[in-house]
Amino acid sequence: MSAFDDIRNLFEERRRFSRRIAVAAGVGALMVVLLLLRLVQLQIFEHTYYSTRSDDNRMRVVPVPPVRGLIYDRQGVLLAQNLPSFDLVVTRDQVPDLKATITALREILPITDDDVQRFEARIRATPSYRAVPLLTNLSQENVAKFEVDRYRYQGVDIQAALVRNYPLGKSAAHVVGYVGGITADDLKRVDPDLYAGLDRIGRAGAERSHEDLLRGTPGTKIVEANAVGRPLRELNYKPGVNGSNLYLTIDTRLQTVAQEALGDLNGAVVAIDPRNGDVLAMVSKPGYDPAMFVNGLSHADYQALLKDPDEPLYDRALQGLFSPGSTIKPFMVFAGMQAGTLNDKTHFYCPGYFTLPGSSRRFRCWKRTGHGSLTATQAIQQSCDVFFYNTAFQLGIERIDKYLAPFGFGRVTGVDLPGERPGLLPSPEWVRAHRGHAWYPGETLNTGIGQGIWKVTALQLAQATARVAMRGVGFVPHVVQAIGDSTTGRVTQVAPQPLPTIVEEHPDAWNEVIEGMEMAAQQPHGTAYSIMRDAPYRVAAKTGSAQVIGMAQDSGSQHDQVDIPVKYRDNALFISFAPVDDPKIAVAVIAEHGVHGGSAAAPVARKVMDMYLVGRVLYGNKEAAGKPPAAPAPASTPAFAGTANR
Amino acid sequence: MSSTPLSTASEPKPVRVRRLILSHVDPWLLMLLLGVGAVGLVTLYSAGDHSLSMVIDQAERLALGFAVMIAVAQLSPEWLRSVAPWLYAFSLLLLLVVLAVGDHGKGAQRWLVVGPLRFQPSELMKLGMPLAIAAYLHVRALPPSIWTTLGALAIIGVPVGLIALQPDLGTAVLVLAAGVLALYFGGLRWRWVALALGAVAAAAPLLWMHLHDYQRERLMIFLNPELDPLGAGYHITQSKIAIGSGGLWGKGWLMGTQAKLDFLPEAHTDFIFSVYGEEMGLIGALVLLSLYAAIVGRCLVIAMRGQDTFQRLLAAALGVTFFVYVFINIGMVIGLLPVVGVPLPMVSYGGTSVVSLLAGFGMLMSLHTHRKLLTN
Repeated sequence: MSAFDDIRNLFEERRRFSRRIAVAAGVGALMVVLLLLRLVQLQIFEHTYYSTRSDDNRMRVVPVPPVRGLIYDRQGVLLAQNLPSFDLVVTRDQVPDLKATITALREILPITDDDVQRFEARIRATPSYRAVPLLTNLSQENVAKFEVDRYRYQGVDIQAALVRNYPLGKSAAHVVGYVGGITADDLKRVDPDLYAGLDRIGRAGAERSHEDLLRGTPGTKIVEANAVGRPLRELNYKPGVNGSNLYLTIDTRLQTVAQEALGDLNGAVVAIDPRNGDVLAMVSKPGYDPAMFVNGLSHADYQALLKDPDEPLYDRALQGLFSPGSTIKPFMVFAGMQAGTLNDKTHFYCPGYFTLPGSSRRFRCWKRTGHGSLTATQAIQQSCDVFFYNTAFQLGIERIDKYLAPFGFGRVTGVDLPGERPGLLPSPEWVRAHRGHAWYPGETLNTGIGQGIWKVTALQLAQATARVAMRGVGFVPHVVQAIGDSTTGRVTQVAPQPLPTIVEEHPDAWNEVIEGMEMAAQQPHGTAYSIMRDAPYRVAAKTGSAQVIGMAQDSGSQHDQVDIPVKYRDNALFISFAPVDDPKIAVAVIAEHGVHGGSAAAPVARKVMDMYLVGRVLYGNKEAAGKPPAAPAPASTPAFAGTANR
Repeated sequence: MSSTPLSTASEPKPVRVRRLILSHVDPWLLMLLLGVGAVGLVTLYSAGDHSLSMVIDQAERLALGFAVMIAVAQLSPEWLRSVAPWLYAFSLLLLLVVLAVGDHGKGAQRWLVVGPLRFQPSELMKLGMPLAIAAYLHVRALPPSIWTTLGALAIIGVPVGLIALQPDLGTAVLVLAAGVLALYFGGLRWRWVALALGAVAAAAPLLWMHLHDYQRERLMIFLNPELDPLGAGYHITQSKIAIGSGGLWGKGWLMGTQAKLDFLPEAHTDFIFSVYGEEMGLIGALVLLSLYAAIVGRCLVIAMRGQDTFQRLLAAALGVTFFVYVFINIGMVIGLLPVVGVPLPMVSYGGTSVVSLLAGFGMLMSLHTHRKLLTN
């Protein structure tokens, strides 16, 4: 190698090396500049963007669900409340051995296979740091059992939650309604932000119609969370607003009395305070237990409810459509007076039947022997069909519709509950559109006695009765009388919403109607006399019965109905209000297949009025009957004892 | 540890000791390296979730590294040159052994276990490679002839191939860089450099056309990880968020949320610069880059003062390789380069690389402090 050394130009090598170093240093400097430029880009120009992304990474907005408002009746009885419930929850990423833990828990707690299946489905769909319930609504005893041994179950906890509870159960189910789990369909129609952190939504009744008030507004909590989402500390808390409390117009006492008075019959009872439209009672029987829906209904339970021949989920007071039968007669008198075809002197002769001019077909009165000559008031009192065939014939269907429509027939009343149906006020237009034929004169006669295609709801009947009681003054019926703000505690009354007054065109129109109804209730020969005669207040009433299936007009009287199956028997109807001189309550009762309004439906109305006006049920109570009434002011009645005397 | 073969080599060799043993230490390099090491420990405390034991662990490794550095500095450059072929051959042998019987770690066969010791032979090759090329070119006419160049390429290619087979792409790149840089400083002709680069550039499209779709996709993600933000791109995306959110002044020491909350993977190893950039900002990055630049600059100064070809080539190759180290790591962390497993020298947590790096600086010190007065 020394030979090479001699010919190597060491100086030239050194110079070349220096140049190489210089080039390397230059390239290196360029690379450093490149790094710096990139850092300036990231840390100066794009700093805001990356700051935001950094915050997005670590900050989680956690909703704070509001507490749902309570629901009270008009006297402060709780109808819907939130009860603490103790759930057994498992946090996946804190449990060393999930299978073993569940097996061990099943030894001390009543955990079913269903519970385990549901749990396993949920835990798969939930981040592992979040607690998932394994068993809900533990009894105190089971909570204690778990607490004794809890050190053995790492990652398992008892968690308190609020669960909706309905203390009255069945008796107010249709009015109060219930909450149920939020479905995907719900989320399409509501603002999901308002349901952040919530898992229940009002499904029926006031729970549904006043959902926005009851629900409240969720708050938010901003927490710092790590990469797997486990919250580490709270950065910001913005409280939500709890739901408002609702004070219903419903009087639980009346609700219970009506429920019990219907006995074995299905049907609907609606009581309204005519002075302001407060719905005092709204019963649909049979009821159902709203608690079933709160924690999710099993498929089998739901099918059983749907297939129940009594249709407990169907709200007979708002959705049940019935022919009004004879309960329409007072309104027909009013229509006749308004139109001028009737006056207080008008008499019609009842031979037991009516025939249209030029026809031999007989339209029968329920009393085959005939009522003889009757005035309008007497016709109401005795419910003479022939009088109303005459009235209807003279009015014609157009005028009947014109004068009955203002009472609200054929239209929803606008009550603040969901699902109300409008019923049907018979009209030639409707028949043409839906039945495809012209209006027959005979249909006018049927309309006059509340049969045929007539359809009303119990609420409509009660509302129309209330308007009679108030001689035309009316209010939109409503079930919420006040709203309590959960934050300030302030209670705001809901102002009654007046309806256009029905002005009498004949000075005695209201007098005639009310007098006829009072005679029906409290004079001999009145169809409700036997039930109302001993009432310690003045009652105006009208009985009714309506065919369930179309039977030929003259195919037998109501007296034969004990011989036919229950489901074909006539519906019994009844409307009343009291006291006549100072109306405080109007009641409509529909007893399905109860046959006679007087015997099946009237006692229900009587008991409801007794309870409201006297504070206890007088009717059918031998001790109380005939005794002078107690102070009739409902506001000063003693606290509700919970049962009605029978 | 890679210190094993080195420590046997540190048996006192009869060098003329005129002053204290520390006289062979270059104070500039020592101070700069201590500075970077200190920055590393402080950052590690934050990146490692306040784990003091991790910091102590790393401090012990640094201490061992500095001890090895001082020991190596005592060796004479002549001795280094004489053992260069042997160290290279020994490293090559170990690389073959590790491929045959090596221990698996993180899906690659890199580790060799001898009794209680466990180390990566590729680290040894990081030193062996520049030594070998420098010694090889020392005895040849420069600029290298075509045959000399081909010989050097063979010396470089074999170990690089073996390391790439493990597979350890990061180390392979660094070893390749060490060898090629030594060759470059030896005066490799520019036209050959241009020819090689041109050949690669021409082959690329041809190769691209013969790739399957899924292979192209993989390559695209490799080159641009943001195409796959939840998979391969997750690291780099989170790293850029960390650094970008640091801004000019940073979030402050221990205040970085990206690493604290586990968004940043490998925060204490390969991606420790993200933590540093998040907490110390652009200003902090400038300080650290300045330290690194000063170290490389000092290395180049030492190279310029080298008294023979071996010394100059070794010093320049070691110094510039160190720079490549820094550039690849930071470039990767800030999204300029594809993600390859290269730690940030002196800062990332992990032992072997610290010791081999500091042993390299020991050589640089040896070169610098054993200079003789030249007579010619």
